[in-house]
Amino acid sequence: MLYVRLITMRLLKAVVVLFMIIIFNFVLIQLAPGDPAAILAGEAGATDEEFLRQLRERFGLDQPLYVQLWRYVSGVAMLDFGFSYRQQMPVLDLILARLPATLLLTGTAFVLSLALGIVAGSLAAARVKKPSGSLIMALALLFYATPLFWVALMSVVLFSVYLDWLPAYGMYTVGAGHTGLAMVLDVGKHLILPATTLALFFMAIYTRMTRASMLEASQQDFVKTARAKGLKNSVIQRRHILRNALLPIITLAGLQAGQMVGGAILTETVFAWPGIGRLMFEALQQRDYNLLLGIFFFSAALVILFNIITDLVYGLADPRIKEGS
Amino acid sequence: MSFFARFAQNRGALIGLIILLTIIAMAILAPLLFPESPWRMVQRPFLPPMEVDGFPLGTDTMGRNVAAGLMHGAWVSLLIGLVSTTVALAIGVPLGAIAGYYGGLIDDALMRFTEFFQTIPNFALAIVLVAIMQPSITSIVLAIAIVSWPPVARLVRAEFLSLRNREYVEAARLVGQSNTTIILRQILPNTLSPIIVLASLMVATAILLESALSFLGLGDPNVMSWGYMIGAARTVIRQAWWLSFFPGVAILLTVLALNLVGEGLDDALNPKLARERS
Amino acid sequence: MTDSQTTPLLSLRHVSIALPKGADRALAVEDVSYDVFRGEILCVVGESGSGKSMAANAVMGLLPKGVYASGGEALFDGQDLLTLTEKQHRTLRGLRIGMIFQEPMTALNPLMRVGAQIAEVFEAHGQFSGRERQQKALALLTEVGIPDPDKAIRAYPFQLSGGQRQRVMIAMALALEPELLIADEPTTALDVTTQAQILELIRDLQRRRGMAVMFITHDFGVVAEVANRVCVMRYGQIVELGEAEAVLKHPSHDYTRALIEAIPSDVIPEARGAETDTPLLEVVGLNKVFRSKGGLFKPAREVHALQDVSFSLVKGETIGIVGESGSGKSTLGRCVVRLERPDSGTLSLSGTDFMHLQGEALRRERHRVQMIFQDPYASLNPRHRVGYAIAQGPMANGMSKTQAFAKAKELLALVGLEGTDDRYPHEFSGGQRQRIGIARALAMQPELIVADEAVSALDVSIQAQILELLEELKQKLSLSLLFITHDLRVAAQICDHIVVMQHGRIVEQGPAREVFLAPREAYTRELLDAIPGREHELADV
Repeated sequence: MLYVRLITMRLLKAVVVLFMIIIFNFVLIQLAPGDPAAILAGEAGATDEEFLRQLRERFGLDQPLYVQLWRYVSGVAMLDFGFSYRQQMPVLDLILARLPATLLLTGTAFVLSLALGIVAGSLAAARVKKPSGSLIMALALLFYATPLFWVALMSVVLFSVYLDWLPAYGMYTVGAGHTGLAMVLDVGKHLILPATTLALFFMAIYTRMTRASMLEASQQDFVKTARAKGLKNSVIQRRHILRNALLPIITLAGLQAGQMVGGAILTETVFAWPGIGRLMFEALQQRDYNLLLGIFFFSAALVILFNIITDLVYGLADPRIKEGS
Repeated sequence: MSFFARFAQNRGALIGLIILLTIIAMAILAPLLFPESPWRMVQRPFLPPMEVDGFPLGTDTMGRNVAAGLMHGAWVSLLIGLVSTTVALAIGVPLGAIAGYYGGLIDDALMRFTEFFQTIPNFALAIVLVAIMQPSITSIVLAIAIVSWPPVARLVRAEFLSLRNREYVEAARLVGQSNTTIILRQILPNTLSPIIVLASLMVATAILLESALSFLGLGDPNVMSWGYMIGAARTVIRQAWWLSFFPGVAILLTVLALNLVGEGLDDALNPKLARERS
Repeated sequence: MTDSQTTPLLSLRHVSIALPKGADRALAVEDVSYDVFRGEILCVVGESGSGKSMAANAVMGLLPKGVYASGGEALFDGQDLLTLTEKQHRTLRGLRIGMIFQEPMTALNPLMRVGAQIAEVFEAHGQFSGRERQQKALALLTEVGIPDPDKAIRAYPFQLSGGQRQRVMIAMALALEPELLIADEPTTALDVTTQAQILELIRDLQRRRGMAVMFITHDFGVVAEVANRVCVMRYGQIVELGEAEAVLKHPSHDYTRALIEAIPSDVIPEARGAETDTPLLEVVGLNKVFRSKGGLFKPAREVHALQDVSFSLVKGETIGIVGESGSGKSTLGRCVVRLERPDSGTLSLSGTDFMHLQGEALRRERHRVQMIFQDPYASLNPRHRVGYAIAQGPMANGMSKTQAFAKAKELLALVGLEGTDDRYPHEFSGGQRQRIGIARALAMQPELIVADEAVSALDVSIQAQILELLEELKQKLSLSLLFITHDLRVAAQICDHIVVMQHGRIVEQGPAREVFLAPREAYTRELLDAIPGREHELADV
């Protein structure tokens, strides 16, 4: 019962947040210095009167503010994000075409970083005060402090230029025309470098968090109870400490989802991965603000999706929510 | 044991402090050692490191001195890191304090507002803000502050929530102290240590954010920054790896140092926790 | 000695336990020797810091990190437990030695069903198959008297009350019929009526199974209820060891005598006549409802903390508000000092309407009612010197700084802490901090002082000193006191009138002697009967 309530509340909240982001976008356009139409058109359309006129009409820029807001909100609500002059395509189509690549990249990196981070963190927690535990934490700190885009570039130099093991750019081998399993393998090969570099930073976060959370959980009274039963240390670590330590990590993983979408912008830029992150970089270079705001909206929607998923997982993992009345 | 003695017990923190002081020295000495603008073309382009005297790190695609850029970049990184953190604290501390102390509807409203900012992907928001305000030191500082205050507000709120019903705070209410006095004299001083630790980590994150923005071409076009240097050399990575390598190491060391110092502060300010953790 | 054999089941011989460097002393336990025989309950008694739990933890192999046995031996059935490897120790834990702890709320894994947690004991020692384990668990739950065991076995800990969780802990500890049960303050966190039930259960199971029980407690009342023999400890050393009857009635050591005397006895002081008849505090039909807003994870709830509460307090009088947790006694106190605002009713102080005051007006009147708090560690701001902590109040009400600080010095002397005004709270012990808290309240020259569980966090001997101080101040300054406590023995000692509360309502009120000696209501009787050690004659005072 509580769980159903939780899901409903969560979806409602998501709608409210998305609505607020639309308004936020609108305010941004208003606050920016200069003619909103010119800003939306960016460098691309600045000289094209026809395009400017189109923009003015769409946003009702000659109308009072509330009319403009209404037009903007209702437009976005109907999934009309306008037209990208530079790319000569509707913004929505551009984004939808690029979305699967980003989902593949962030999804892979998310799973990878969470799995490795939890494993490394538990190992470090079990080896507190031992050299191996300290080494894990030193590596985690190093990855945490390294700029993502720099790791990406350096891994291109090392694995692609110097060792020539892995492809550095794109998602497919251009012109190879692979199909079926060959295509999956080809994409997989292209995915390795971007997904790993994106995952490193988040792995570092999850490692630190898992260790801290496990050390805290191991101080709890029920761990002493478990020892008093005569349980083996490995069983206590897994069944009592880790299970309780994972709850806060699920919450954190949800919060980090937003960072991951941000990280994808950098990774996709370096590896020319054809996702919305790369699209954002292109929009930036072309000063295509209309497209930029569209992508911004979608990236926020993506984060909310991640958040909802982690909330649902949390609800399943914690009996106090699942069975609470 | 004194604060400094506890801090010095953490070897990592000492190393971090030394690295940090070196970088600060670099930033201060930059205009003395390299009085010329780091943007000036002074040699032939693509000069590898250690080949010509006076150019220990070589030159970039336009023949600019990489060493000069690196030193001038230190100043920009530290400045933006410090100022944006200060601004973020100026937003987050009062919001968190008010939400945590008064609770109820005020808390609800402020926390919804904070959550909203936390849901929006940080970096994407920073990009949009800088792009629309046009890149400049001011817009970068503002953008970084706007995306980094929510954790401050949440931390301060949590501390206030747990302290506001502490018995000494209730005693202060009972003797008739005003809300302002209670917030400023009873509660806030007791929340300072976690805020200081968080702030040191925020400076590190801000430096990372600034470098990422500059990397994407959203840096202030008038100042040399590490992120810009890496971004400008991105397309020539196959010919001249060192152009991206050295600024990256500089960012890495700065961020690492700040994190180590932050951990040291945490240990020194919360001695009990530190003993349990190590 | 009862029916115990001549060879002890557990025999501690000159055991010393070392604390890590930097602790307040080198040894937690120093050269301690005692035996536990089959079929007896040995109580190890002491105040906090006496090292009473340490030897038990060493026996279990559960000493905290950095603490280790530095000498002596602990022979269990002939085997020295102090030299066992972790693996050898593990095979004994749960199988031959069981243990239960103080905090039932946190001692169970919140994410596992009760049945699974009991079944784990069998699993740890490779006994029975999966189905049999569940059946055994069910039988155990029935044996420890959990209501509705079929349901309880599938419950998560958060669905059980504190007393039920402690029963689950006992079921787990007894699952494999251990020869020795170690109970570390198992009833300290429970309400007095639940405590009585759990003590009864432990005594009952011990008799039925003929186990040896090592029962660790700070409470001589509990000792009187369960012990066959007693071992009194202080500063890591044994002060006195002997048969329970003998130790309780004729303690040979001064410290034991002091501890037993410190327990407020059944002797109830004669109520002093009130100085006047005009009531100082008048409470009529007070109501307070707490509404927790439904969040994502919890539905909205309403708790009726106070329902139609009426009583009055005459100047110079001490009224005790007594009740178990959830009775609303603390809410009542917080309403009187206006840390909470009652929903409806009347609350007046010497005729002033104290209930509807708000904002600045309330702030100006606040000095008239002050509070002494429960937790001596949380009641002083760690960053303020104690002189300043006391002077703050008068200063906020317009007294000059020099005057306020002079007054603070004076008051510190009054509570027995002369010349300590420039020290920080961490330099004081719990009892001393409580004195500072009293001085702070007195600094406002209040008409009424509310003491909310003001001595419950303190050791008995300290408790007695603070109660003495309050008594003395009452005489000297003719204070009016509202004394809130869960401990009837404490209330009996200091109060003229008693108000008994349950579920937010007043069950019974009257002069202390009447309430204690001739209670009219069943609940009051139940509370009084549950006081541990009540039926036993303690040492003649």
